[in-house]
Amino acid sequence: MIETENLTKKFDDLTAVDGVTLRVAEGEVFGFLGPNGAGKTTTVRMLCCLISKTGGEARIAGYEVGDREDSLKIRKIIGLVPDNVGLYESLTAYDNLDFYGKLYDCTEAHRKEKIAALLKMLELWEKKDVTVATFSKGMKQKLAIARALVHDPQILFMDEPTANLDPEAAKTVRDFILELKKQKKTIFLNTHNLDEAQRICDRIGILNTTLRAMGTPEELERSVRGRVTVVQLEKSSDAVLNAVKKLGLGDVSVDGNKLTISVADPEKENATILDAIFRAGGRIQSVNVVGSTLEDAYLKLVREREGK
Amino acid sequence: MNLKHSWTIALKDLKVFMRKRTVLYTVVILPLLLSVLFPMVIEFGGRRSGGIPVSYLPTLLEAFAWFFVIIPAIIPAPIASYSIVGEKIEKSLEPLLVTPTTDGEILLGKSIAAFLPAIIGTYAGASVFMALTDAVTYNRLGYLYYPNWEIGVILLLLAPLVTLLSIELNVISSSRVSDVRTAGQLGALMFVPFMGIYLAGEIGLISLDTNTLLIIAAVVAVLDLVLFRVSTSTFQRDQILTKWK
Repeated sequence: MIETENLTKKFDDLTAVDGVTLRVAEGEVFGFLGPNGAGKTTTVRMLCCLISKTGGEARIAGYEVGDREDSLKIRKIIGLVPDNVGLYESLTAYDNLDFYGKLYDCTEAHRKEKIAALLKMLELWEKKDVTVATFSKGMKQKLAIARALVHDPQILFMDEPTANLDPEAAKTVRDFILELKKQKKTIFLNTHNLDEAQRICDRIGILNTTLRAMGTPEELERSVRGRVTVVQLEKSSDAVLNAVKKLGLGDVSVDGNKLTISVADPEKENATILDAIFRAGGRIQSVNVVGSTLEDAYLKLVREREGK
Repeated sequence: MNLKHSWTIALKDLKVFMRKRTVLYTVVILPLLLSVLFPMVIEFGGRRSGGIPVSYLPTLLEAFAWFFVIIPAIIPAPIASYSIVGEKIEKSLEPLLVTPTTDGEILLGKSIAAFLPAIIGTYAGASVFMALTDAVTYNRLGYLYYPNWEIGVILLLLAPLVTLLSIELNVISSSRVSDVRTAGQLGALMFVPFMGIYLAGEIGLISLDTNTLLIIAAVVAVLDLVLFRVSTSTFQRDQILTKWK
């Protein structure tokens, strides 16, 4: 649905996005993680045909980004929730959506039905005739999402849709994204929020000018070594320690009755470790896997570029 | 070009302007004030010395009519600046630009939204001015001064051309400033050259007769074409999102 190859954007001497190659399948929720200034918004703007690309290729549903004719076709099948809601404050919620519905050439019947459905779903129906200037941040964000969906787009680009929202409003927005996921919408989600990305996204790309990594949240977690399995023993012994060391998995250390083993893939290796401990006569009180979360992966990959 | 898109944008902008008092005041008060003020000057001016001489009336009316060229230079300024800078401030240009509308359709829509109130305000003011002027001068001149060729050229040719010029200048200035007031003030500077022409007429350097008005209209039309190219090249989505202040 979304394909890029070496997508690049330069602003004079500054390279904002450098050689990004990715593919997002139909119905997939793709998270784009990265620090401020990483090029997330610039990438979305290029994909939405808002700004031109300096190099590389990009296709949306088979249409070429950058081609004049195709750009209009792309804009018909995408929706954008920008980082700034950009609503018409002096117009009502209904008028805001109706205006955009008209620009997407939706029929009056479609507009009426769709606007009512969206406003009801986002709990804004009671406020449909109220001017947007009186809305809270959360309500405005929900209305911006409704605006992006008024023409029933196949692909939705969301640029930090929960940033600056209180936890309750953020949860409503996240739940709504999950609802869209059920409807098999393709969603390209820019976010800083790792927890949000982990909960919502099928796959994640980590960007810091260049695309540092891409995969499912689990794959990214696994990509970072440094996870450890901590086994609390009833009583440690040399026999148990040697048995674990013989497995040759990684560093093994003992602190009292606590055995700490560095592992690459705890889901696979823990069974072997526990089996070795049992065979060596060890009795286990508890087992914990610590470290290497998506956050670890994110920080490591982002800092790699910064040379930290 | 999808004119329906442009019209949708124009109607939305007009709806927004209806809620902006400063815009409403400019559109309504300025033409109305001048349309009443000028006939009052004719009626009550120089009363102590026997009133304005009949021989001087046509010259005076020629000069007054010129203000209906200055009005359409001023009115579009606050509207066009609200239309573009207002969207910049509300950050609503990005969601607008992502719709399947072309830059030309958006620019046309915004131009219509600035053009209509300016031209309607000018025509309404001119209608009141002509009716009141005829009412107060008929007895003295012995004929209805308006309508005549001069006011015809002013209203049907110069006023639309000057309105367009003002809109185009406002589009260009809107790309360089980030607040509505500054954009409006820059746009309103448009009235300076037209005021200069008025003064030139007053001191007898030029006569604002039909021929002169047609020449001025031709010059404004050429300027319109030049500024149309500049404003369309300024109003491009890539530039709006990356280079506009």
